[in-house]
Amino acid sequence: MRESTSFKVIRVVGLTLLTLFTLAPLYVMIVSGLKPLSDVQGAFSWIPSHVTVQPFVDIWHTIPLARYFTNSVIVSLSAAAFSVLIAIFASYAVSRWDFRGKRLFQITVLSTQMFPGILFLLPLYLIFVNIGQATGFALQGSRIGLIITYLTFSLPFSIWMLVSYFDTIPRGLDEAAKVDGAGPMRTLWSVVVPAAKPGIVAVGIYSFMTAWGETLFASVMTNDSSKTLAIGLREYSTQISVYWNQVMAASLVVSVPVVVGFLLLQRYLVQGLTAGAVK
Amino acid sequence: MTATENAVREGRRAGKGSAKTPRRRRVAQNRWLPYLLLAPAIIFELLVHVIPMLTGIGISFLKLNQFFLRNWLEAPFAGLSNYHYAVDVNGSIGKALLWSFVVTIGFTILVVGLSWVLGMFAAVMLQRSFRGRALLRTIFLIPYALPVYAGVIVWKFMLSRDNGMVNHLLAQLHITDGHTFWLIGNNAFASIVVVAVWRLWPFALLTLMAGMQSLPTDVYEAAAVDGAGMWQQFRKLTMPMLRGINQVLILVLFLWTFNDFNVPYTLFSASIPKSADLISIHVYQSSFQNFNFGLGSAMSVLLLLFLLVVTGLYLLFTSRRSRRA
Repeated sequence: MRESTSFKVIRVVGLTLLTLFTLAPLYVMIVSGLKPLSDVQGAFSWIPSHVTVQPFVDIWHTIPLARYFTNSVIVSLSAAAFSVLIAIFASYAVSRWDFRGKRLFQITVLSTQMFPGILFLLPLYLIFVNIGQATGFALQGSRIGLIITYLTFSLPFSIWMLVSYFDTIPRGLDEAAKVDGAGPMRTLWSVVVPAAKPGIVAVGIYSFMTAWGETLFASVMTNDSSKTLAIGLREYSTQISVYWNQVMAASLVVSVPVVVGFLLLQRYLVQGLTAGAVK
Repeated sequence: MTATENAVREGRRAGKGSAKTPRRRRVAQNRWLPYLLLAPAIIFELLVHVIPMLTGIGISFLKLNQFFLRNWLEAPFAGLSNYHYAVDVNGSIGKALLWSFVVTIGFTILVVGLSWVLGMFAAVMLQRSFRGRALLRTIFLIPYALPVYAGVIVWKFMLSRDNGMVNHLLAQLHITDGHTFWLIGNNAFASIVVVAVWRLWPFALLTLMAGMQSLPTDVYEAAAVDGAGMWQQFRKLTMPMLRGINQVLILVLFLWTFNDFNVPYTLFSASIPKSADLISIHVYQSSFQNFNFGLGSAMSVLLLLFLLVVTGLYLLFTSRRSRRA
């Protein structure tokens, strides 16, 4: 199809401006992470006076970054894994069976998306403290408490998406497995899950990113030993002077795992959204 | 959400159709299986969402401060006094809450509107293939992939008065003298809108791109043969076909933006400027910094009621309109 000249001009100008808007912070992040401290204490400069990787070395000593990093990895991976597993079970039930309370379940799960986090932050904190007092099993301040919290954050979206995804998988495949003598669980693992791989991957990325970026609950539910990156990174600016070059270097380091994962798997994410949400 | 309901209904219909001749024995055997499969999801939803929410509603009727925190069940009953403080616009607490509410509404309208416009613009521009399309798509999605605090902390640096890139750029372009405070005073509102849009618009783009992929191309070809220009194709074809997606997308953008905590918390740290005193951070500070948890809970309940009403009206209004069309 022919495109008019004015359309092409609008496209070039518009997309260029959007690209600059999108990339400016990334440029600042990368360039400032390569600057010596004196460069970030004065007026901003577009290029470093000399390039140094020292900030990338220093970030690990200024604050216990490695510990926060480990915490974030453990919490996010576990939350994502459990969330995906639980969502697979729940979505399989919703997609393949008719049962009483199905609609109630779906409405409840979806409406939890609407709750302001602040409404259940304090009660959840108190409940975790009480469970700890009653059973001696400390949920508050522990990584397990955080994992439980985060896995439910991504659950509504994951279930919603996987149900629509499972619905697109022909029932004929289930029937064929049944004829071959496979029970419902066997059918789930050997037929439905392999066929829904893009959707499951997309849900996994989403869950991981949700946990990796969460700040509000982490600010209240963690202590020094379980602190995640979201809270830990703030410590660079509570120092006497702000080591902006280190802050930028650290931001880059904590972004790399999610951005690389996201970009490698974005094909699945778009596929998953197309099959799932867009129905 | 109606899109989901439709999907659910379709799924149910499909399920019924394929299981027209159920083997009785199997059905009886499997009767408890769906509940068993749902059990983990239900348990965690109850533990983290439903029970705490009900507890939160309970706490809003208590006079709960730091002295009762360890034995919060013994906190004295406060009746409706927390609610009274929250809505009394003549008192200082109510006045501050009302101001924060107004700021949040303005913030939400601007951020959702701008994010949607940018997302739609880019999605239409990227609808047809040209050189560099895949690369641009990848670049545009990066802000959404970045952890919120990492992206926002860079903006905090960029917007700082003496070391920041924004003031430097504005001075280089001779737009300002380069000594503007962006993170305090009234400018803070503009700053947080820009940062929130930077972070949110890629999600609008991602959703709209996914939606446009499923649109039939032959309709566009037919329209072009009939002489319809780009703008007409957008108005008469793309917009109507994306109605369902837009309905869900705008609702999700609205709820996320209205409840946003991460962006203001990271951008301003502890000192929130009055012009950018968003509601979630306002409630957070009333609860955790002033240790008035009963009042904080009452504010949260009011917030939830507001969101319920708005969401209900929105769904009612948009669904009715699409039925008429």
